[in-house]
Amino acid sequence: MNEFAKELKAENADWVSEVKEALGETTITVPREAIVEVCASLKTNHGFDMLADLCGADRGPEEDPRFEVNYHLFSTKHHSRLRLKVILSEDDPHVNTVSGVWKTANWHERETYDLVGVIFDNHPDLRRILLPSDFDGHALRKDYPLRGYEPYSLT
Amino acid sequence: MGLENITEEVEFLDQPLESQMTLSMGPQHPSTHGVLRLDLRLDGELIVKAVPDIGYLHTGMEKLFEYKKYQQGIVITDRMDYLNPLGNNLAYVMAAEKLLELEIPERAQVIRVLMCELQRIASHMVWLGTHCLDIGAMSVFFFCFKEREKILNMIESASGGRLTPSYFRIGGLMMDLPAGFENRVRQFLDNFLDAMNTFETLVTGNTIWQARTKEIGIISGEDAIDYGLTGPCLRGSGVDVDLRRDNPYTGYETYDYDVCVEHDCDVWARFKVRMRECYESHKIVRQALDRLKPGPIKADAPKVVLPDRDDMRKHMDSLIHHFLIVAEGFNVPPGEVYHAIEASKGELGVYMKSNGGPKPERVHFRGPSFVNLQALPVMSEGEMVADVVAIIGSLDIVLGEIDR
Repeated sequence: MNEFAKELKAENADWVSEVKEALGETTITVPREAIVEVCASLKTNHGFDMLADLCGADRGPEEDPRFEVNYHLFSTKHHSRLRLKVILSEDDPHVNTVSGVWKTANWHERETYDLVGVIFDNHPDLRRILLPSDFDGHALRKDYPLRGYEPYSLT
Repeated sequence: MGLENITEEVEFLDQPLESQMTLSMGPQHPSTHGVLRLDLRLDGELIVKAVPDIGYLHTGMEKLFEYKKYQQGIVITDRMDYLNPLGNNLAYVMAAEKLLELEIPERAQVIRVLMCELQRIASHMVWLGTHCLDIGAMSVFFFCFKEREKILNMIESASGGRLTPSYFRIGGLMMDLPAGFENRVRQFLDNFLDAMNTFETLVTGNTIWQARTKEIGIISGEDAIDYGLTGPCLRGSGVDVDLRRDNPYTGYETYDYDVCVEHDCDVWARFKVRMRECYESHKIVRQALDRLKPGPIKADAPKVVLPDRDDMRKHMDSLIHHFLIVAEGFNVPPGEVYHAIEASKGELGVYMKSNGGPKPERVHFRGPSFVNLQALPVMSEGEMVADVVAIIGSLDIVLGEIDR
């Protein structure tokens, strides 16, 4: 098992629900209640000082749990990468924001909220970023049609 | 179009004696490099608050990937960061190759490095030209675009496209380099250092330029990491990270070059990093040219890589594979990868998730411009309006990639 996953599990066994290693990458599935603590611990104790990317994904309307949020961590010191994954159900797509840990998460979370519809609790400025503020629906959901419901008008 | 910005403006109108004003800069402002809009709260000419507003160029590329086969997605990536299309191609195809676990032959790897470094020089030329134009140096723009034109012509001769080459394919390259390509590159390299000398004389040594860029747009190294800055913006703040060296791909670890780091944390430092990177790219291109040996340019995976035309006419199985790849696509084993490369603007990451079919389930691009732009308020608050233009230029953003 990946050393960071091992250390994390030793720190608090509740923080790690699953560890998967494939194609040279490690994915740690984290319960959504613990994500901020896990991120803060990885940042201060394990040198993951940069959040390279944060993105949401929709597995499809028939899947349960339906949404996942992926956190791609990078260290500017030892240059390793780690993926954290939080799985969310359709009825309750809420997860705590990590923008208090890394400021860069702010826009990534706004983008994920805008396109996938995951709601980040305690986010300082959670509003749409790419689509207009009066846009209806979340465009990257699988049940959102490619061409939209009707032509969008700016007027 | 954030609603709270509009409310702020209304509040301002209610208080006519208020000394602060709100200025909406863009989206048609030429110095915002596309369709970026900035909500600037000004006190005289000082910036109190800057709020970037993006999304004017949103084209739903990430949605489109889910409806296209893997090989059709390459064409979409060209339109993302249109100043560095080969870098986008590389990130995308390498993510798919990682899922497919393909081995790429040596010659294809060398050509990828060669083309990407040429593209990096071309991208930096556009940056230098427009950056100077923003600050008021007109003539540099034309010299830069002259150099870029030579590179675009070479890319066109290899791939057929100037801004949208789609030259890299999953498993290798579209086709081999044309005859005489190496000589053209060598000729370009021989003259490029003279051009760089011209730029150094016109810009680097220019006292007006130094006065406009030094101690402007400061962001410390810790802040830069916290805001996720990558590429020249991060190295301009004294953080020594270059993915070509730290997470090597396509054999970058075997080339001899320096990672350019500057410690001034301002526009001038970012300028110097990019200028020095042009020399380093020049060195890498020369080494790649010396390594070019004849050999295959496509991986040995007949179910993924399109066969040669000649092969197709002679062998039945090649014809069948060709038909199947074009008509139905190829299945990619289920899994997820995140692959990051050092593009000309920073870390270009691709998150790709496959469910086993011929189309990806999710493709997400981590565009360096998107993340770098987020730090603009930190850099510009407390500066003058004219300096915001210099700071945007030093971030080297491309709105096509920010909005996707």
